[in-house]
Amino acid sequence: MRADYATIVDWVADGARVLDLGCGDGALLAFLESKRRAEGYGIEIDDAGVLACIRGGINVIQSDLERGLAGFDDAAFDVVILSQTLQAMRRIEAIVAEMLRVGREAIVTFPNFGHWSHRLQILHGRMPVSSSLPYQWYDTPNIHLCTVADFDAFLAERGFRVLDRVVLAKGRPVRVAPNLAGELAIYRFRRQ
Amino acid sequence: MPSFSETTAQAEHATVGDRSVGPVLPQVARFDTPLPLACGRTLAQYELAYETYGTLDAARSNAVLICHALNASHHVAGFYAEDPGNVGWWDNMVGPGKPLDTQRFFVVGVNNLGSCFGSTGPLSTNPETGRAWGSDFPLITVEDWVDAQAQLADRLGIRQWAAVMGGSLGGMQALDWAIRYPSRIRNALVIAAAPNLSAENIAFNEIARQAIMTDPDFHDGNFEAYDAKPRRGLRVARMIGHITYLSDEQMDAKFGRQLREGLNFSFAPEFQIESYLRHQGEKFAEYYDANTYLRITKALDYFDPATREDGDLARALAPATCRFLVISFSTDWRFPASRSREIVKALVRGRRDVSYTEIAAPHGHDAFLLDNPQYHAVVRAWFERIASEIGAAQ
Repeated sequence: MRADYATIVDWVADGARVLDLGCGDGALLAFLESKRRAEGYGIEIDDAGVLACIRGGINVIQSDLERGLAGFDDAAFDVVILSQTLQAMRRIEAIVAEMLRVGREAIVTFPNFGHWSHRLQILHGRMPVSSSLPYQWYDTPNIHLCTVADFDAFLAERGFRVLDRVVLAKGRPVRVAPNLAGELAIYRFRRQ
Repeated sequence: MPSFSETTAQAEHATVGDRSVGPVLPQVARFDTPLPLACGRTLAQYELAYETYGTLDAARSNAVLICHALNASHHVAGFYAEDPGNVGWWDNMVGPGKPLDTQRFFVVGVNNLGSCFGSTGPLSTNPETGRAWGSDFPLITVEDWVDAQAQLADRLGIRQWAAVMGGSLGGMQALDWAIRYPSRIRNALVIAAAPNLSAENIAFNEIARQAIMTDPDFHDGNFEAYDAKPRRGLRVARMIGHITYLSDEQMDAKFGRQLREGLNFSFAPEFQIESYLRHQGEKFAEYYDANTYLRITKALDYFDPATREDGDLARALAPATCRFLVISFSTDWRFPASRSREIVKALVRGRRDVSYTEIAAPHGHDAFLLDNPQYHAVVRAWFERIASEIGAAQ
């Protein structure tokens, strides 16, 4: 199970209506269904992910997130989740706006580029490679990496209200200097 | 027997595989309870031709209904012993070990009312006159078909289908089952379909109908009495239809601008695509009935469940309680993916269980009949889940 799932499940209410963007094989939705009786849909573009969801009995809709969430009505969901997908998306502002259009709340998780090991590697003149960023510069799908401080500023500039923020390292919450020590950032936010 | 259920795709791809259901026998169910039709008329009695594959389990929980599209039939899988080349139109989908596994499911293929392959239709005898119905056969709707299919389900002792599945016009029947018989269907597989026809779709159908109706051999639909058949009209209708089943890129890949011999400055078929279309038209004109073609295209044109709810498809689908699998194909321009997404959007709005996949396939609308690993894997996975829910045999 991915490190961010335990935190996400804590933030999802019983019986919540959930939309999971980039749901992969549907593991998070299956987890939320069993722990929270949550219901909803996953969106996935990849054929293998769609097939895995169907095998697992997860409602999945094959779609390209870059084209927005036109198939969904305003405020149709209690929470819209984007788990470790943000950094690979082209149009960040557009997808965040769409999340807050179709959902009351958004949960976003991403690898923290500000982690000390990444900073150290850049200091040594190389692009960072780590357990949270396991790609070389030439084959990475990640095109919009950011730090915890960057995302704080991004939300603040748009007037979004952060309801929760947890930064993990080795699966445990980091309380001191999260932007330096944290590997994985998890945010829950909404419009003001 | 002619290879009557042949589809455009089948013509080139059907072969008896090693996982065939084997030789099959068509059956006929006769109904004497009158069937009221949407047009206001009533069929006092009628027959439905059907085939079954696999075994109905003791709980009668593993039955799957296959609905056919424009020119297919109840001959879904297997072949006829006396005509081994006549392979069912969805034989690559239905059979032992195939995506819809007949070792686990009891599969029913039914020929729709108004068709010309065994069920009551324009070629049948009108009991009131003792002559063929011909042009007097009523116009039939998708809803009429589904009502008749429900009668067949009763006859077979099937209270609830594990799934109703169909492509194109067949997918519309699956949708209608979900809406009007919600307690009788647990899964709807709606493939390469649309919630209604677009103006362009209707336009193509109207050209096909005009081709038939303006053929001098049509005789207002009573051509049998004149010992004639509107072959020219049927040929053109088929050529038009055929174009809409293929994709531009597939046609280019297959035919391009290839010539049969050379340019002769004549109107004889010179390009390969011309002779191909003519060949398809000729075959079709031999085995298909003109009055049936007119009626089935009208049934397509009329289908529009949302009209019953002021155009609100989500409200039209509100009675449905089954799980939906909606599948579209990337190069289908007859029923493009956007039309399938309309169905999905309406189901999501109604908070229904639905999954949707858009299969990357070059074959246009015909893709739903063809082999495609992802497409077949998705359908297989869907039925495996159903099988595990009902505890169907491995």
